[in-house]
Amino acid sequence: MSIHALMNNLSAWILPFMLIAILTVAMIKKVPVYEAFTDGAKDGFKVAINIIPYLVAILVCISMLRASGAIDACGNILSGVLNKFSIPVDVLPLMIVRSLSGSAALGIFSDIANNFGPDSYATKLAAIIVGSSETTFYVLAVYFGSVGISKVRYALLVGVLADIIGILAAIAVAHQFFL
Amino acid sequence: MNYIFCFLIIFSLIFSAFNGKLQDVVNAILTGADLSVKVAFSLIGIMAFWLGIMRIAERSGIVDFITKLIKPIAKWLFNEVPDDNKAIGDIAMSFSANALGLTNAATPIGLKAMEELQEINKDKTSASNAMCMFLAMNTAGFQIIPATVIAVLVGIGYKNPTEIVMPTLIVTGTAFISAIIFAKIFQKFWRKQ
Repeated sequence: MSIHALMNNLSAWILPFMLIAILTVAMIKKVPVYEAFTDGAKDGFKVAINIIPYLVAILVCISMLRASGAIDACGNILSGVLNKFSIPVDVLPLMIVRSLSGSAALGIFSDIANNFGPDSYATKLAAIIVGSSETTFYVLAVYFGSVGISKVRYALLVGVLADIIGILAAIAVAHQFFL
Repeated sequence: MNYIFCFLIIFSLIFSAFNGKLQDVVNAILTGADLSVKVAFSLIGIMAFWLGIMRIAERSGIVDFITKLIKPIAKWLFNEVPDDNKAIGDIAMSFSANALGLTNAATPIGLKAMEELQEINKDKTSASNAMCMFLAMNTAGFQIIPATVIAVLVGIGYKNPTEIVMPTLIVTGTAFISAIIFAKIFQKFWRKQ
């Protein structure tokens, strides 16, 4: 079995296994399972409502920035530098967007993959960038929003720095593996 | 955060005024606000489910067991969190779920961990060092298998999509480790809460 198939199976099995394990231990320990479940589940609604103001703040900013065309303009300015490191220009918006919006990043990636095809360097680099990224701004808004924290201190800076390292690493690794 | 908020909005408006996209940007306010509510509401059901399951895990002592298991690493990463705090167990479970690509489970468990970190937080409006470390680990997006990306590659007829797994793992691992190091460094030098 290939690593991919193995990992795919692992992902598919881990969730059922987790549920069976938790419920079995609970029964052995004689925990009132149904009661505990409904008690915990009550918080679901509260948490989801709590994050709305923070999500609105972040997602409105991000959709405004994307609609303004500033990200594409940034790509045009930097195209000279990108050529030097043999980075396809079309991948640049992805580098900026990946920390802002997961659905947008996936959209750009599908676009690149479909336009450049399976054998292109652009597709491979884009795949690595999308596969290794998390939407930093969204995560910060949701996690801090759920507990009502507005002063994020250095969390944002750390997130952005790690994203930059991630992009540089992606460029270097793609260069090593696929060029 | 105050500056970023103002900057993004003012910059987008002015920039678009010059390239004729002002109307698009104004429309984007509505789209963004609408999307936020959709995202929040789509979380309710799955959130309730996992929070329910986690409550069972907690009462059965599973969370305590995991807390003990990862104590040595947790002690270094979250040095301000008391030894037997439930938050550690939740952080470990949320991280594992993320690494395995179970995003639906990772977010509710992660938010529960945030709640527990908030309980021991001195200043309820500002992020504690433990929260910053947890978020650093989260925003670095460590994942063993990028399932969605592989799905897209398969869709366009990529012959050997698994060849991107290893490079992606190297990249995400590098970002993850540097996020932890950055968080550790800033914890020392950033203004106290």
